[in-house]
Amino acid sequence: MERAAVPPLSSVAICGGTHGNELTGVYIVKEMQKQKTDKVGSVSITTVVTNPRALDAGTRYTEMDLNRCFTDVLLSSPVTESSPYELRRAQELNAQLGPKGSAEAVDLLIDLHNTTANMGLCLIFYSIDWITLHIYKHIQNKMSSVPVRAIQLDIPISDAYSLESVGKHGFAIEVGPQPNGVLRADIFNMVKEAVDLTLAWLQEFNSGRSYEGGTVEAYTFVRSVDYPRDSAGKITAAIHQDLQDNDFKLLRSGDPIFQTFSGETLKYDGEDLYPFFVNECAYYEKKIAFHLAQRKTFSFPSIRVKKD
Amino acid sequence: MSSGGNNNTKAAARVDAARRVAIFGGTHGNEMSGVTLVNLWVQNGAEIQRKGVEIKPFIANPKAVEKCVRYVDTDLNRAFTQENLSATGDDELPYEVQRAQEINRMFGPKGSAGAYDVIFDLHNTTSNMGCTLILESSKDAFNLQMMNYIKKAFAPASCLVLLNEHPLLKYSTSRSVAKHPVGLEVGPQPQGVLRSNIFEAMRVILKHALDFIELFNEGMEFPACTVEVFWVLERMDYPRDANGNIIAMVHPNLQDCDWEPLNPGDPMFQTFDGKSIHYQGSSTVYPTFINEAAYYEKQQAFVTTRRETLVASAVRKA
Repeated sequence: MERAAVPPLSSVAICGGTHGNELTGVYIVKEMQKQKTDKVGSVSITTVVTNPRALDAGTRYTEMDLNRCFTDVLLSSPVTESSPYELRRAQELNAQLGPKGSAEAVDLLIDLHNTTANMGLCLIFYSIDWITLHIYKHIQNKMSSVPVRAIQLDIPISDAYSLESVGKHGFAIEVGPQPNGVLRADIFNMVKEAVDLTLAWLQEFNSGRSYEGGTVEAYTFVRSVDYPRDSAGKITAAIHQDLQDNDFKLLRSGDPIFQTFSGETLKYDGEDLYPFFVNECAYYEKKIAFHLAQRKTFSFPSIRVKKD
Repeated sequence: MSSGGNNNTKAAARVDAARRVAIFGGTHGNEMSGVTLVNLWVQNGAEIQRKGVEIKPFIANPKAVEKCVRYVDTDLNRAFTQENLSATGDDELPYEVQRAQEINRMFGPKGSAGAYDVIFDLHNTTSNMGCTLILESSKDAFNLQMMNYIKKAFAPASCLVLLNEHPLLKYSTSRSVAKHPVGLEVGPQPQGVLRSNIFEAMRVILKHALDFIELFNEGMEFPACTVEVFWVLERMDYPRDANGNIIAMVHPNLQDCDWEPLNPGDPMFQTFDGKSIHYQGSSTVYPTFINEAAYYEKQQAFVTTRRETLVASAVRKA
């Protein structure tokens, strides 16, 4: 592949607390604010606690999930004082860090999340973007004792619903397992390292260093599977012990996926796919027991900053 | 309960049969094992039936369960103080205080002869505590014998006993309404999440507990025994700044190490800029409830305990 030339990335936003009970991002951002980190070499940094009301309440959200509010339609819908808090907040954040799709948007937006699922460290993004793939590869190489993976949501940017779609480039860093409302030091240290590595990479990139292309594996979302429920909508089974904590382990037809409360094993029937977000707390209400993905190889070119 | 001497020569302590037993789930609405088990048993209680005893499964905090939160106004598992139980004000009282009064009417009154014999209160924790039984008194021979029975039946899997008898740290639990309160605490499990292994473990422990009650009620004598307990010592809070914000996290070396010795000088907390804070106590302690989500607001990072072996006298139905 030919080498790509990409304009410098001089503005970065680091966001935490988009879900008010996912604490790692909150404390990463607060520590950066305490240290007054607003610049790292050529890169200017904005840090934001994005859902302060949910953080105060210790909940994921107060009226609606902030991280589903960033579609083009929702960002441009008329809001009043009585509109849901998170909808108004999304439009505020879009004004501050975007507007989404415009030349004024931050060059890179990183949104920090936690999951109760055993997913290790994941970068989640929409489009296949050379910058994101290079950063992913860099983090994966440098953090060799941690499982680092990438998940791609194949959705057009106009329909992209999460905060990171506001930046010109963007990805979420999703790390687990960590319970809601808990701050684990090992997870904090892991995310801090990933953020530091990203900022260091950007500096080097901006100063003219060339990065060799290559290939990476990433998981592309295919579909989700709900819990078995009774006629009243109540869950009748738990994730099977063989599947619990086995995110990204290939699932084949015949593999156990649920254990009913009366002791029956329910098995997977379908094509070979990779499960993730297995037993994520927040997804019970979204009717998701786990997601399924394909694993693909993406190639990306060498890149170097474009000099004017 | 005797404190020494040859217990084998003494007659067994006579304790009333346990004729009325309750199983509480959802004292905290987001601790899912108990909520799920009790809902199952309310629909079909065959699994929890035992001869000679009425066993009632009960959702303690239905509003909190519906919202999948720990509590609505105030922590139900701290609400059973004498002050709350005798408070007037009806609808103006916090929801959980009203609920505590209702539970006290149904299963108490606390401290009276008419109270339920046993209440099992099912809890989960985000801490890596494994299967834990929680007692409130070192002198309840019936409960100690039950602990001994459960531990032996559950072996080789581990089930430890936490003794929450402490003049300052003891709190007024929903189960304290009964003559013999027993807490079941199983973790680690995130709030709002149902893990199959945790669910099954709690189910098995409860099965053994009910088996004990059935055997006891049939007249079996349980000989004197010893029970190892972890006796609560001290609550340790996070280091905080002048505004009350936490300035450090449980250290990676301590995280998930419930029940393991914490020695003077061992790392205890890690600040956000990477420094270690060490345990300054004068002797080895055994920490537990390490990094429980619900305790950040109660100013507790973990609680320390000391290991002690209690002697339980022989018991037999009166």
